[in-house]
Amino acid sequence: MTMNEAPRFSEERLQEIQALVARYPGPQSALLPVLHMAQEDFGYLSLDVQKYVAEVLGLTLIQVREVVTFYTMFREQPCGKYLMEVCTNASCMLNGADELVRHMCDKLGIKVGETTPDGMFTVTEVECAGACSGAPVVQINNVYHENVDAAYIDAFIEKASKEDAA
Amino acid sequence: MIPSDPKQVTQICFDRIRIPDQRRLEVARANGAYSFLPTVLNEFNSEQIIEEVKKSGLRGRGGAGFPTGLKWSFVPRNTGKPTYLLCNADEGEPGTFKDRDIMRYDPHLLIEGMIMAGYALGVRDAYIYIRGEFVAEARVLNEAIAEAYAANLLGENILGSGYSMHLTVHRGAGAYICGEETALIESLEGKPGRPRFKPPFPAVEGFYRCPTVVNNVETLSTIPAILKHGGDWHAAIGAPNSAGCKIFSVSGHVNRPGNYEVPMGTPLKTLIEDYCGGLKRGTVPKAIIPGGSSAPWLTSEHYELPLTFDDLVKAGSMLGSGAIIVMDETADVIKIARRLSHFYAHESCGQCTPCREGTGWLERLMIRLEAGKARASDIEVLRDAAEHMAGRTICALADGAAAPVLSMLKHFPEEVRARVVEKAA
Ligand SMILES: Cc1cc2nc3c(=O)[nH]c(=O)nc-3n(C[C@H](O)[C@H](O)[C@H](O)COP(=O)(O)O)c2cc1C
Repeated sequence: MTMNEAPRFSEERLQEIQALVARYPGPQSALLPVLHMAQEDFGYLSLDVQKYVAEVLGLTLIQVREVVTFYTMFREQPCGKYLMEVCTNASCMLNGADELVRHMCDKLGIKVGETTPDGMFTVTEVECAGACSGAPVVQINNVYHENVDAAYIDAFIEKASKEDAA
Repeated sequence: MIPSDPKQVTQICFDRIRIPDQRRLEVARANGAYSFLPTVLNEFNSEQIIEEVKKSGLRGRGGAGFPTGLKWSFVPRNTGKPTYLLCNADEGEPGTFKDRDIMRYDPHLLIEGMIMAGYALGVRDAYIYIRGEFVAEARVLNEAIAEAYAANLLGENILGSGYSMHLTVHRGAGAYICGEETALIESLEGKPGRPRFKPPFPAVEGFYRCPTVVNNVETLSTIPAILKHGGDWHAAIGAPNSAGCKIFSVSGHVNRPGNYEVPMGTPLKTLIEDYCGGLKRGTVPKAIIPGGSSAPWLTSEHYELPLTFDDLVKAGSMLGSGAIIVMDETADVIKIARRLSHFYAHESCGQCTPCREGTGWLERLMIRLEAGKARASDIEVLRDAAEHMAGRTICALADGAAAPVLSMLKHFPEEVRARVVEKAA
C-alpha cells in the first residue's frame, strides 16, 4: 500500500469477514479479528485503516479507537520488518531476559521500543508470553522462539540481514 | 488409556499428549477421542451430566477453583434466550503455560469436552477465547475444528443425535485482564476488556446479556474422562476437596521446567525434585510463587506442602492456575517484585481508582527501592498502598498486584531494609 492510497481489503478478505460476522450474535464481536486482519494486510493500524474498519463493520470510529488503544498487540505506528518482542516477566527474568534485551539493543544500536534506521529490526519488551518453560522467550513476528540466548539472536539477525541483502 | 481404577490414575488431560500427531482427528480417534461422545449425546440428559460433574468434585482450573458442576447448575433454563459456552484460553497469568500444550498437542480433547459441556447446557454457539499471541495454537485449533466439522462432530445434528453446536476460535489482542471472565465477555463483544460488576453473574447475564458459562481449557478437557468413568471415579483421585489431577506449569530456577500433570495432593518438593530435576542451585528454594504471579509467595518452610486448594490457602497462598515459579538462592526478590509490579500497572484496565492509582504507586516505589533510593517512610507507603488495594475493586487484579509486594515485605524484610537509604540524599 502506498502512502496516499485508501486502504481496501481484498475481495477474499471481505468474504472472510462476512462469514466471520455471521458467527457472532452481533457484528462488533468481529472487531478484534478484523483488526488482526487489517494489521496483517496493511502493516499497522493508521487512522485511515481504523476508519475503514469502522465502515466495514458498521461501527463508529470511537468504538474502533477504544479497542485499538486498549490492546497491546494493535500498533498505530509501523515497526521494523522483524518485530522482536522479548518477554521480561518473572520466569524469563530469572533466566536472563534483561541481559538478552541489553545484548540485542547493543548489537543493533537501538533502545527498547526503537527500530534500526534501515527499518529491519524493532526490539520491544512484552509481558508473559505463556511459554515459561522455554524462558527466555522472544516472539519474532508472532512466532515463538524459546530458550533464546545471545548466540541465537546473533545468528538470527545475521541470517535475516543476509536474506534482505540478497 | 486412563485406568478405570482411580487409585492408578496419574494424569487425565495429558494422558495422550505425547502421542505424535494427536492433533489430527484420525490419530486422536484411534486413541479413543470422541469414543464415548455418542453415548453421552444419546443416553445422557442434561441433569445427569451436571450431576456427574458435581459428584466428580471438579473445581475450575483457571484460577478461582469454583466447583464446575455447581457453576453449570446456576444456568437458568427456558429463558427464551440462547446460552453460550466460552472457553477461557487467555492463559495470561504470568508463569502459566499449560492450556497451550493441551491446545497444540491434543486439541480434540478440548473440543470433545466442549461438545459435552455444550450439550449439558443446551448451547448452540460456543467460542474459544485464546490469547492473541498464540497464533500457532489458534491455527492448530482451527484445523482440528475443521476436521471435526467434516466428521459431523460439530455443526448441525452431531452424529445424528439431534444436538447441534458451532464452535469458533476468537483471538484476543494482548491484554491480561481479558482472562477475567467478565472482561473476556466484554472483549468477545468487541470492546475494551473492562470487567463487569457481579452480580449479575455470567451464568445469568453474560455474553450479549444471555446466560453464559466461562470455563478454563483444562477444566473442559477433564469432562470427557469424568463422563466416561463417572463422577465418583474422579472424586476418588487426588485429595479431599481437591479431586483429580492438576497440570502444574513449573518455571524459573529448576533443571527441567515444564508442564507436569500429577494427582492433587502431590507434595511441592516431589514435583520439583522428582519431576523437574531439582533446583538449579542449592537444596531449598528461596521463594516459590505457587499459583501464578497473583498468588502470595511461599518460602522453604513450605517445601513439603501437599499441592491442594486447602493446603495452599492454609499456607497463606492459593493454588490459582497451577503455575509455579521457583526462585533459588541467587534470585533478587526485590527485582522480581519490581518487575511484577510493572506488569500489574501495565495491565490494570483503569476503571477502578484503587487499582489504577495503586498499581502505579507500587511500581514507582518498587523502582525506587530496587535502585536503593527508597527511605523507610517509602516502605510504609508501599505497604499501606498494597494493603488498601486488595478487595476494593471490581475484579481481583488489584489483589494480584498487591501479592508480590506484600510477600516480599513479609518474607524478606532484611533484604528490603538493606536496600533502604538511611537518610535522604
Ligand atoms: C485478572 C484475572 C485474570 C485471569 N486470567 C485467567 C486466564 O488467563 N485463564 C483462565 O482460565 N482464567 C483466568 N481468570 C479466572 C477467570 O475469571 C475465571 O474464574 C475462569 O475462567 C473460570 O473458569 P474455571 O471455573 O474453569 O476455572 C482470571 C481472573 C482474573 C481476576
